[in-house]
Amino acid sequence: MMASKVQVSAKLEEKSPGLPYAALILGWLIPGLGHVLTKHWIRAALLFVSITSMFTLGIMMQGKLYQPNMGDVLEMLGFAGDLGGGALYILGRIMDLGHGAVQVATADYGTKFIVVAGLLNIISAVDAHNLRIGRKPAC
Amino acid sequence: MLALSHFSAVLLFATFASVVFGITQRTSPKAMIRYGLYCWVMFVGIVIAASWLMWFIRR
Repeated sequence: MMASKVQVSAKLEEKSPGLPYAALILGWLIPGLGHVLTKHWIRAALLFVSITSMFTLGIMMQGKLYQPNMGDVLEMLGFAGDLGGGALYILGRIMDLGHGAVQVATADYGTKFIVVAGLLNIISAVDAHNLRIGRKPAC
Repeated sequence: MLALSHFSAVLLFATFASVVFGITQRTSPKAMIRYGLYCWVMFVGIVIAASWLMWFIRR
């Protein structure tokens, strides 16, 4: 069943324990942590490994970590994508990982890996939130 | 510096993205595996098809 076909009204009225946005925020901060909160251990592990590996490979390929900027639209979008990585991005900035300028093709792949890892992390955090509030049925 | 070939980068990208798509876009574990595999085949298959297309255009 596709996400768009998920019965939205199914369990919306069901009360979720604690903060309703906890899974969303924790899932954004650390990949898979939102699913840990909903007790989906295997999904959490798979998401953590996939997203973290993608981010790490991007860094290892000398990909660029975008910084906050108000310049080129693509640079701003790149920053928005990177920011989706949560703690991975924050750690990357603190440890000064990534490269400022892309000079080789591999580094360009790396930049895309980092941005996509961030975007996938956002999808994963929203999924955890949907599980938490009952919008997506838990199997 | 990690220097992956274009194709190995595609394989890794397809694998990680497919895992996330499978888990997030389906509800039952069986459907997740099926959709993940479908995404992976589409990612890799389209890259191979596009590569051949570009090869023929160059000729």
